[in-house]
Amino acid sequence: MNWEVVIGLEIHTQLSTKSKLFSGAAVGFGAEPNTQTTLVDLGMPGALPVLNKEALRMAVMFGHAINAEIGMHSVFARKNYFYPDLPKGYQTSQMDHPIVGKGYLDVMLDDGSTSRIGITRAHLEEDAGKSLHEDFQGMTGIDLNRSSTPLLEIVSEPDIRSAKEAVAYVKMIHSIVTYLGICDGNMAEGSMRCDINLSLRPKGQEEYGTRTEIKNVNSFRFIEKAIYTEIERQADILEDGGRIIQETRLYDPDKNETRSMRSKEDANDYRYFPCPDLLPIELTQEYVDQIKANLPELPNQKAARFQEEYKLSEYDAGVLSASRAMADYFEQANESVKDAKLTANWVMGELSKLLNQEQLEITQSPVNAKAFGELLSRVQDNTINGKTAKDVLQAMWNDEGSADEIIEAKGLKQVTDTGAIEAMIQEILDANATQVEQYRSADPDKQKKMIGFFVGQVMKASQGKANPGIVNPILAKMLKG
Amino acid sequence: MSIDKQDVLKIAHLARLALNEEDAVQYQHSLSSVLSLVEQMQSVNTDGVEPLSNPLEMTQRLREDVVTESNRREEFLANAPQTEAGLFLVPKVID
Repeated sequence: MNWEVVIGLEIHTQLSTKSKLFSGAAVGFGAEPNTQTTLVDLGMPGALPVLNKEALRMAVMFGHAINAEIGMHSVFARKNYFYPDLPKGYQTSQMDHPIVGKGYLDVMLDDGSTSRIGITRAHLEEDAGKSLHEDFQGMTGIDLNRSSTPLLEIVSEPDIRSAKEAVAYVKMIHSIVTYLGICDGNMAEGSMRCDINLSLRPKGQEEYGTRTEIKNVNSFRFIEKAIYTEIERQADILEDGGRIIQETRLYDPDKNETRSMRSKEDANDYRYFPCPDLLPIELTQEYVDQIKANLPELPNQKAARFQEEYKLSEYDAGVLSASRAMADYFEQANESVKDAKLTANWVMGELSKLLNQEQLEITQSPVNAKAFGELLSRVQDNTINGKTAKDVLQAMWNDEGSADEIIEAKGLKQVTDTGAIEAMIQEILDANATQVEQYRSADPDKQKKMIGFFVGQVMKASQGKANPGIVNPILAKMLKG
Repeated sequence: MSIDKQDVLKIAHLARLALNEEDAVQYQHSLSSVLSLVEQMQSVNTDGVEPLSNPLEMTQRLREDVVTESNRREEFLANAPQTEAGLFLVPKVID
């Protein structure tokens, strides 16, 4: 059977406010347990929540970035359930009137095609605390530092049809929230968590199959792997004539499998109702418009500008603008190079390769954008060739100095003096008389292949310092005799 | 409209309330009469009326995003029956 996968994603992004959504406690990762809590976060009787202005502004920014309707009238609701890391017995969230309504994103896939993913809504809600299941006198430890941390939950339509598309969408959301500066995007610390709703249906069928929800997947790679694993599990069941049970599952990256979470029969009976402690939020058109007017440049806009301003290809512009840090690095480096194609190739090629090897983010690069730009300027003005530049970059990476210092110290300057190059070539031709004879008596087609030998000899003799742009025409001419 | 005892027990369970037989019967009656009242109210035509989320004709006040609270862990932990290493301890939760 040919199955079509249907995926919808819920992404929880932690908003980077200084204080919590409903209290004046600090927000921060890794603080001592329970040192960032207040009476409100602990759910003490009589303690009342007050909404954080900045969290609201960030939610509206996001709404604009996904072309959404902004909820001019929005309401907080209580989602009721009992768990020890939720002392109030309910999570304050939004139900009928979210702050961000319907929107969409255009996502570019690896093959260059784009698909439009609908976004149903995005709403503000508070995070819960953390349960620690190590053995504390046979009990569970509760740390409430995270409780009431502001989250924006972004809910997509079931518009996603493959694991690759899902990852591209999550990367796009990641890119947008970091461009906007409303989330630090640190997935390892849980700043972005993804729930995957997934079902299969026979290709061509309109009706959706029964779905499962995979909770709390927190890396791009795991999202992709969890989806492949779950597709396979569901397809196996369906092909054996079985039925999918609607349930919540967990992805285990060590075993690369999803497994059923203990699901209580009434687990989804949350009995939402409007929160009596919080009044409705009414936004003015002026407020919403002002946020829109002050929105920073977004990934798609930057990509369009890179194509326009730097004449980069759509692909290059897309890759470079995917992360704000990389886009900034590229632009800063190119300030001294003024050759966008060259800079783009080197940022996406050699620099990315070195960063990947050491698993560094571009912000952690040992060679900063300015120094990198200086190196590329030396390629641009023919002081060194590309091959030598790679060695210089490696030396800069190892903190041996600036590009110019290394080129000087190691005597790497390219030989561009045509007289010197001619003399060098003559020597090589004299020393390889047999090969020269063979070359001269060969077909023009074969000659093209044979010339590589002589180029190699020249490079060897010059220790890589001869400029190939100058060597090649002179060599071809001299070989003709 | 009336609800049966099973409904009462389910609602009690969701709210983590322990009811005995007698209580359950009593709540079955009182909740049913509340629902009857609701039923009566539902006969009113509410076309074009927005659902009310709060009876006060006011909107939410907002807080500036500043940290105004300091660490009061020791005071908070003092209220808990059991603590360790700065954590509140609760009966073991198996996830």
